[in-house]
Amino acid sequence: MSGERVTLVDSTLRDGSHAKRHQISVEQAVTVARALDRAGVDVIEVSHGDGLGGASFNYGFALTDEFELIEAAAGAVTEARVAVLLLPGIGVKEDLARARELGAAVARVATHSTEADISPSHLALCRELGFETVGFLMMAHMNSPEGMLEQAKIMEAAGAETVYVTDSAGALTPDGVKARVEAMRGGLEAATNVGFHGHENLSLAVANSLAAIESGARWIDGCTCGLGAGAGNAPTEVLTAVFDKLGIEVRADTFAMLDVAEEVVRPIMDRPQLVDRASLLLGYAGVYSSFLLHAERAAERFGVSTKDILVEVGERKAVGGQEDLIIDIAAELAAQPATAGR
Amino acid sequence: MSGEKVPCAILGSGNIGTDLMYKLQRSEVLEPRAMVGIDPDSDGLRRAEAAGLEVSADGVDWIVANPDSCRFVFEATSAGAHRANAPKIEAAGLQSIDLTPAKLGPGVVPTVNLEEHWQAPDVNMITCGGQATIPMVAAVSEVTPVPYAEIVATIASLSAGPGTRESIDAFTRTTAKGLEEIGGAERGKAIIILNPAEPPLLMRDTVFCAISPEADREAIRASIERMRERVAAYVPGYRLRGEPIFEEDRVAIFVEVEGAADYLPNYAGNLDIMTAAAVAVGEELARLRERAEVPA
Repeated sequence: MSGERVTLVDSTLRDGSHAKRHQISVEQAVTVARALDRAGVDVIEVSHGDGLGGASFNYGFALTDEFELIEAAAGAVTEARVAVLLLPGIGVKEDLARARELGAAVARVATHSTEADISPSHLALCRELGFETVGFLMMAHMNSPEGMLEQAKIMEAAGAETVYVTDSAGALTPDGVKARVEAMRGGLEAATNVGFHGHENLSLAVANSLAAIESGARWIDGCTCGLGAGAGNAPTEVLTAVFDKLGIEVRADTFAMLDVAEEVVRPIMDRPQLVDRASLLLGYAGVYSSFLLHAERAAERFGVSTKDILVEVGERKAVGGQEDLIIDIAAELAAQPATAGR
Repeated sequence: MSGEKVPCAILGSGNIGTDLMYKLQRSEVLEPRAMVGIDPDSDGLRRAEAAGLEVSADGVDWIVANPDSCRFVFEATSAGAHRANAPKIEAAGLQSIDLTPAKLGPGVVPTVNLEEHWQAPDVNMITCGGQATIPMVAAVSEVTPVPYAEIVATIASLSAGPGTRESIDAFTRTTAKGLEEIGGAERGKAIIILNPAEPPLLMRDTVFCAISPEADREAIRASIERMRERVAAYVPGYRLRGEPIFEEDRVAIFVEVEGAADYLPNYAGNLDIMTAAAVAVGEELARLRERAEVPA
């Protein structure tokens, strides 16, 4: 892997928003974005955790309007590009146009790993608006390597310059990452980049990122201190350090990233990112990482266990965005007579 | 009613048009007289012929040439086709019940706002998510002000056709507007999720209404239950999953729609509710017209 050049994306201000229950202030966004920019991170993603337009009963309202955060972050960086995320079905095209006006330079359009055909008009608009355009295939463990390639081709044809294997549930093991990245790398145009977004639910986010790079991925996501949904993401500072040791070329500076993690991001964390029973279960059962805090809240509200909720969500094959199912299931579990075994 | 059924034509011989035909055949008020498509070999036209309807592959021109064959035209083509067809249908003195996203006429939900629009030459069926959720928002806003309503529609991937997929923003925007203008919420938001699980899941819609903590919960519950009954009268697979859940400043209502499996599979509740609601709109329009025509 030595000598490969990787584009490093830090999603502390987007995926990290889940772990902060979307309570990020303008001041925090500015401080984090400025620090990441100075440390040499290439791309800084800023949006509601569930993408533009995510502020809702279903996903949680935000402390600060995401467009204020985007504008503030875009104003705080000099070298880094600010990215936004949009899930068609949640956010709309106007959101993309507005983000572009406020200074976002990269747009990532995300769909479930089998539903890329809801994204072409958004991807095409991103190109028109002059965004560096990325397709984000979520819950990648739920589609085969061949299926991922087929979906990635839809996004590529619509204008995506990079397409991601997004392990939203932190459920992939390195062989699964390899198979998917290889299939996409082999089948997409040479000019199209492949990316990888990992979660830490099985403690594999960094190892999976390396497997992805080995298989040809050149865009890698992290969150500083791992701050993100579920057990969190690949910690950006760890990625940087490991890349350094392996001779993988990256613009970010390891020592600067260590300082950002310790001095800027850790102080604003509400809770440590842990692989505990619930978050490990997300990875094991293949459940969307952002469901964790919603399940914890519903468990408390209805007096049932987080574990039971997450197992049931997994059994119903929920996809990203179906947070409403959690309350429904919790209420149902609460109405059931206690059964042994669970 | 006078006893004579009101003749209707179905424009479009695809999944929606064909499913609609089977539902219209059961109507006490409407009679499907003709199905008009553009593909003479379509399964829909074959089935319509077998069912004894007049069939034509000449599109809207056939309807214009045979205006006596129908009073209502159910438009089950596409938004683009309906934009071209609508003026011809109106000029022929017929009324369009539009199941496409063309949005030329006012959006209508049976049991909620049809009386306001019965004379409109064109009424639009909004979206599947709108038909499933607007009645619930209306039920809550009848009792207490709803400053904000939000719906999450989850549908089986297999039941989301290319039209929906290409213009998913149209779904969220149109539905949100319906929550406001018809449901009575001050502000609306709609979210749609496609789920590819096998076997395909039934359509689910979660409706969140922001309400005052002091709102009369018993009255809201009762209003929701009355509305469920009224919608289930024309969409038999329309039901609530569990009781509405009240939290401090909101109520969450969980709707599930199982299709009648007339032509489409039962999981496609999202399509079933469109065709079932369109039939209900046609029946209600027929009644309202008759009432207007008969001197009191």
